[in-house]
Amino acid sequence: MNKPLLGLVVGGVLGIFDGLSALLSAPEVAPQIMGIVIGSTVKGMLVGAIAGFVARKVSSVAIGIAVGLAAGLLLAWLVAAMPDPATGKHYYWEIMLPGSLAGALVGWATQRYGRRPGEARG
Amino acid sequence: MKELGDQALDHLREVAQEPDLSGTRYELGEEVARGGMGVVYSARDRELERVVALKVVAAEIADPETVARLRREARIIAHLEHPGIVPVHDVGALPDGRVFYAMKLVTGKRLDAQAREVPTLGERLRLFLRICEPVAFAHAHGVIHRDLKPQNVMVGPFGEVLVMDWGVAKHREEPPASRSGAPPTPRPASDHDTAHGTVLGTPAYMAPEQARGEVDRVDARADVYSLGAILLFLLTGQTPGRTKASPEEPTRTWAGPARPPAALPSRRLAPGLPRALEAICGKALAPDPDGRYATVDDLAADVGRFLEGERVSAYPENAWRKARRFAGRHRTAIALVVAYLVMRIVLLVVARV
Repeated sequence: MNKPLLGLVVGGVLGIFDGLSALLSAPEVAPQIMGIVIGSTVKGMLVGAIAGFVARKVSSVAIGIAVGLAAGLLLAWLVAAMPDPATGKHYYWEIMLPGSLAGALVGWATQRYGRRPGEARG
Repeated sequence: MKELGDQALDHLREVAQEPDLSGTRYELGEEVARGGMGVVYSARDRELERVVALKVVAAEIADPETVARLRREARIIAHLEHPGIVPVHDVGALPDGRVFYAMKLVTGKRLDAQAREVPTLGERLRLFLRICEPVAFAHAHGVIHRDLKPQNVMVGPFGEVLVMDWGVAKHREEPPASRSGAPPTPRPASDHDTAHGTVLGTPAYMAPEQARGEVDRVDARADVYSLGAILLFLLTGQTPGRTKASPEEPTRTWAGPARPPAALPSRRLAPGLPRALEAICGKALAPDPDGRYATVDDLAADVGRFLEGERVSAYPENAWRKARRFAGRHRTAIALVVAYLVMRIVLLVVARV
C-alpha cells in the first residue's frame, strides 16, 4: 500500500478508536459521541495523509513520528479550541494528548510499512 | 677477488627473482603481496596508462603445476564477472617462461584488519552479506572458492567487498586433484598462502571434509563452512580453530596430520552474541555438510532475516523468545502504544478524581 493511502487508513482506524476512547476519559460527552468519532476519524485521516505525503519525500522513522506527532497535536488543538456545546468546557488535555500520540503512531506506520512510488510489491 | 657481502647477495637474489617484464606492456612497480603460489606486484600498463596488479608465479616454485594453476586461476576469475570479484585484464608469459596475469589493483584493507573498525553488529552483518554475494555468484557459475578467509577478502574505502585469491578454486566439472582414501598431505599455509598439495585451503577456515582430503565430498557447502568461520570471526574475533585472531598475531601454520578444525567455541567466549546469530554460525559450521546450509544464499538469507528482526531458520523459538523478538522488532510502535494507553489511564484517573 502506498504511504499516503496507508496513512489515511491507519489514521482513520486510530481516529475511530481515539474518538470512542472519549467515553472512558470523559463519559459526560456520551450524547455527542457520534460527532466526536466522525471528527476524530477525519482528524486521523488528515494526519495520516500529511504523514504519508512526507513519508514519500523523506525516508526516516524519526521524522515520520515527529511529523505525525506535530500534525496530530495541531489538528487536535484546533478541535480542542472548540468548546463543548453543552457545557462550554474545553478538553485540551483529553484531546491533544491522545491526538498527538495517535499521530505519532500513524507517522511511524507510514514510514515503516508504506510503499514508496516505484518500489516493488511484496 | 673481493667477496660479496650477505646484504649484497640478498639484494642480488631479490633482483634475480623480480619478473623481467621486457616484451610486455607493463612496467614493474613494487611488491604488493606474496603468497604460496605467486607474488603480486603493482605495475603500470603503458598501453592504457593505468596502474594494475600483476600476479606472477614465484621464481622459486615456478614448476609446471604451479604455472598451470596460475593460468587456471586467471581463467576462473575471468569467467566470473562480478563487482565483488577482482577483474582479470590480461594473461601472459615472461621471457623466463613464468606466467603472470594482470588484474585490477585493489586498494583497501584486508577483512581481518578492517573488522575491528566496523563498530556495530548491524554493519558487520551487512559487510558479511556483501562477502556472500560474490561467493554465491561463483557457486551459481559452478566455482567453489575453497580458501575463503578474512585474509582473502578486501574491503575498499567505500565499503565495497572483493573476494580475492581464487588460486585453489575448483570448477564443479573439474576432476578432483586427489582421491580420498590416500593419506592427505597438508602443507603449512602462510598468511597469504593457499596451501597446495592434496589438501587445499587454510586450516582454521577449512571445512572438515576438505581438511580430511575427501575431495569428492567438497562442494559449495565447504565454502558455507568457511563463510560461517568468517562470520564467527566478524562477530567474536575468533575462528573455529583458534582462540584469538588479530592482524598482528602470527597465522597458525599446519604441520600436523589432516584433521578437522576444532568445534565451535562455546557461547561464553562471546557473551554478547545473540543466540540466533550463534545458531546461524553453528549451522554454517556443522561438521557434517548435510547439517549446514545447503547454499550460501540460504546462509545469507538467515543473516538477512536476523537483521530484519525476523525468525531465522537455524534457531527454533519458543513463545517467549518469539515475543521478545517481536518486541525488539516493533519496539517503537510498542513504546507509542504503551505511551498512549498510559496517557489514557492517567486521563481516566484524573477525570474520576
